[in-house]
Amino acid sequence: MSWVTKTLNSTLGKKLLMALTGLFLILFLVVHLVGNLQLLLPDEGEAFNKYAESMATNPFIRVVSIGNFAFILLHVIYSILLTRHNRKSRPIGYAESAASTNSTWSSRNMGILGTVILIFLLVHLKGFYYEIKFGEMPFIDYEGVSYKNVFAIVAAAYSNVLYVAFYVVCMGFLAFHLSHGFASAFQTLGLNHVKYSPLIKKVGIGFSILVPTLFALIPVVMYIQSL
Amino acid sequence: MQLTLKIWRQKNASDKGGFVTYPVKDVSKDMSFLEMLDVLNEGLIEKGEDPVHFDHDCREGICGTCSLYINGKPHGPLQTTTCQLHMRSFSDGQTITIEPWRAKAFPIVKDLVVNRSAFDRIIQAGGYVSVGTGGVPDANEIPIPKNIADLAMDAAQCIGCGACVAACKNASAMLFTSAKISQLALLPQGQVERKTRAEKMVAQMDAEGFGACTNTGACEAECPKGISITNIARMNREYFSAVLSSENI
Ligand code: HEM
Ligand code: FES
Repeated sequence: MSWVTKTLNSTLGKKLLMALTGLFLILFLVVHLVGNLQLLLPDEGEAFNKYAESMATNPFIRVVSIGNFAFILLHVIYSILLTRHNRKSRPIGYAESAASTNSTWSSRNMGILGTVILIFLLVHLKGFYYEIKFGEMPFIDYEGVSYKNVFAIVAAAYSNVLYVAFYVVCMGFLAFHLSHGFASAFQTLGLNHVKYSPLIKKVGIGFSILVPTLFALIPVVMYIQSL
Repeated sequence: MQLTLKIWRQKNASDKGGFVTYPVKDVSKDMSFLEMLDVLNEGLIEKGEDPVHFDHDCREGICGTCSLYINGKPHGPLQTTTCQLHMRSFSDGQTITIEPWRAKAFPIVKDLVVNRSAFDRIIQAGGYVSVGTGGVPDANEIPIPKNIADLAMDAAQCIGCGACVAACKNASAMLFTSAKISQLALLPQGQVERKTRAEKMVAQMDAEGFGACTNTGACEAECPKGISITNIARMNREYFSAVLSSENI
């Protein structure tokens, strides 16, 4: 084994990959959210459709989006490797546990939280990414130029109360994943410092509340608009 | 006080083991937890039964030998060693569940006694420094800033009891290993082997079969010596900078 694979196969190396991919996904969430919030502009989806078009054609964005898929995949693969290794490290468990007195529920259940996020991602990708890229799409004209009417697809999906409920619940799981994951990633990278760690923890909690809430707000508002 | 003890009994490493329930009477609330077990064992010996085996040595909270998982927590309800835990932390008539440390790397020897020599092997892998063998050096010859000396001393407080491993949902030894790496990495005397030490101790920790770190902080919360997880962050820095810059392929 070369020193690179040896390092990445160590427990610390596996966690390094979790933290780096996790932080990238956090950055991705911000960009994705800014794009999605345009769905709420009072312009019948014009800004959003133009944005969707530019995202689909911009070569830089396409490279980043391939990287994004790879990072999600890496994050999931390493979460499975780590969780399996961690389970094996304690083959016989305790009869009694008072874990709630020494750690948060989220920190102990990152695997469960992540699994729900993964299910959400698959449903989400099938419903939007796949349909928009490969499905039959309605078109709309702005200033004589024809655009895919992504807004119409999204609005149709968000008029279904079950889909909206599923979306909101999943954002709750994302919030708990981030409430531990955000600050945890910095600790994994070795970035623990008396000056910055209290701030990182506060920003992490703020981020884990704000971002999933704004994401969840979009389908809720669009559902109400559809009534 | 009267208590009901639910204790893990296991004859040897290959025995399946199971819980046995013992009533104990005449327990004083001023007894230490281990003295309470001594009372139980005296009764068992008088009856001709095999006493409950548990580890202990100094009974002063300094050696790290005692190791019981009491009511779901290593060393019981207080953040101290089992030998420094007193029965006043429990109430009359309470049922107390006593289990051994549970980790693949800490195999059970008998009853509540586990083999923690995995920790010794981690230390052997790199927890030492090179020293000059000339004349006796003057005291304070090597200047060390007070805050650095304090951090090194804080890390050196680790008594290697294994409560961190017992508390961690992953049975991870990161807190122990990071304390041992930190106490030497912080000091000038530890610089000679600095990179090799981080690489070797982490590799040994993994080879022993301990889990990875999820940063739950359970180890820090349960450590009787209050070792901080800032040491784990330091170990991560030491390890990653070591593998990136050392000559060890
Ligand atoms: C947008 C989606 C996601 C984001 C932003 C995200 C972010 C993060 C971050 C920042 C961490 C902390 C890394 C560390 O402790 O160093 C983390 C940990 C974790 N993630 Fe995710 N994650 C996402 C999706 C997923 C998915 C889909 C799964 C898996 C099925 C998953 C499973 C896990 C697990 C198991 C851990 C803890 C690993 C451990 O230390 O034991 N995550 N995530
Ligand atoms: S017996 Fe020495 S620390 Fe408890």
